[in-house]
Amino acid sequence: MSPAAPGPAAAIAVARELDRVMRSDRGRLLAALAAGLRDLSLAEEALQEAAISALGHWARSGLPRSPQGWLLQVARRKAIDRLRGAGRDARKAEALARLVVDEAAPEPEAIPDERLRLIFACCHPSLEMKSRVALTLRTVCGLTTPEIARAFLDAEPTMGQRLSRAKAKIAAAGIPFAVPEAELWPARLEAVLTTVYLIFTTGYVAGPGEPRDLCHEAEYLMRLIDRLRPEDPEIEGALAMMLLTAARRAARIGADGASLPPAVQDRSLWDGARLAEGRAILAAAVARRRPGPFQIKAAIADCQMAEPGPDWPQIAALYGALWRHEPTPVVSLNAAVALAEAGEPARGLAIVESLEGHLAGYQPWHAARAALLAMTGDRAAAASAYQQAIALAPGPAEALFLQRMLASLGT
Amino acid sequence: MQYMLLIYNDPALEPAYGTPEFNEMMGGYFAANERMKADGVLRGGEGLQGVETATSLRIKSGKVETMDGPFAETREHLGGYYVIDVPDLDAALTYAALIPSAHFGTIELRPLMDYNPAS
Repeated sequence: MSPAAPGPAAAIAVARELDRVMRSDRGRLLAALAAGLRDLSLAEEALQEAAISALGHWARSGLPRSPQGWLLQVARRKAIDRLRGAGRDARKAEALARLVVDEAAPEPEAIPDERLRLIFACCHPSLEMKSRVALTLRTVCGLTTPEIARAFLDAEPTMGQRLSRAKAKIAAAGIPFAVPEAELWPARLEAVLTTVYLIFTTGYVAGPGEPRDLCHEAEYLMRLIDRLRPEDPEIEGALAMMLLTAARRAARIGADGASLPPAVQDRSLWDGARLAEGRAILAAAVARRRPGPFQIKAAIADCQMAEPGPDWPQIAALYGALWRHEPTPVVSLNAAVALAEAGEPARGLAIVESLEGHLAGYQPWHAARAALLAMTGDRAAAASAYQQAIALAPGPAEALFLQRMLASLGT
Repeated sequence: MQYMLLIYNDPALEPAYGTPEFNEMMGGYFAANERMKADGVLRGGEGLQGVETATSLRIKSGKVETMDGPFAETREHLGGYYVIDVPDLDAALTYAALIPSAHFGTIELRPLMDYNPAS
């Protein structure tokens, strides 16, 4: 420990260092604590207490050699105190024993990275989807409850309750802080990747103006998962899909505020670095010859950005392949649109019409039907379908694009 | 942790006695039992007779009311249960997936209350 000069300057330096460590390493410290305690609330409380005592100790004795190791040690002691105070029930006594063993570890700064275990716990399919998203953002990305509430347009107490309920369920239902074994791996990985992708799309729709850009958080998470579990083709596929989609972000909305599909976007606005990285990661994933839905979706995103325009026959074929993994009406709808764009509008339209029973309440179905009716020359029916799609549009940018398509019919 | 695996299914969707599907289901239950016993996790389990045999009771202002039928009139009925002792929910889910009724019904997993925290 290096001695620090006492006084306000030292206090400010200590507070700044603590803030830096908690920003960069909170998820990792929390993961290490939760993996031993099997209790996320207790881990959070203990880490918070450790951070508070760090302010005083570090100002008095100077910064420790490893601030992270110091926080972890102290948080573990705080957790033990809390468990003793709580009267140590059977499970907590077990956790206590594990902690004592952990505490004897010789090098406090050699903190194992347990974040993958934390991510699998937070994204467990026995939790509601929205709770998985919120919990992952809170624990792994370190967003505050007000920041998460804002991203979902929820009241802060509502989001706080959701987070506490989810943490309580992890403890009570025995959700493990563990990377699942081979048998459960594919389904559980899909739950994780879907959760992270939902964080991404939430940010993509909200736009980059929010104080915490969820697209960046999702990208950070996906890169972290890829690093902690390298050479998994589905993780790579999900990361590639995210990078390829993110590459188009600046071109998504035209100068007049209308949303634009990839085919008509200004390609000079695409992020060349992300595009190249996404393509390289996808190529590496495909070379492993273990195809899966995320790799197929990434390949579709790639084909949408082909030169000089989208490769529709290939996109149609890829949606056919995706349907074998995800036989849903939405995948059929996308396949039908690709088929129409590839030169078979009548066949595409017939498929779209056959999906009415499943998708009549789904806005993209109306928009796709309108476009395909226009392609087959039925302008009156296309106009009325566009009007329905506009009425159901999720936002003004989408509505504006559809209004322009409606106007171009000349009806 | 101990979990109760509650087996719910719609009797109309159950394979009929004497069909190959019925024999397959019975074989599946036998295999699930054997696996739970061999792994040392099985604490108990029973099948229940049909809901037409059910009687329900409640006490309203001190008076016992006895009624014909199950607690809730639903298409899917509670048909049986297992109690297993495993380390966590993932392990419990692995055993739940062995229960043949999961193919045409639903298995609900509930952790048991721990009444003996001092042990």
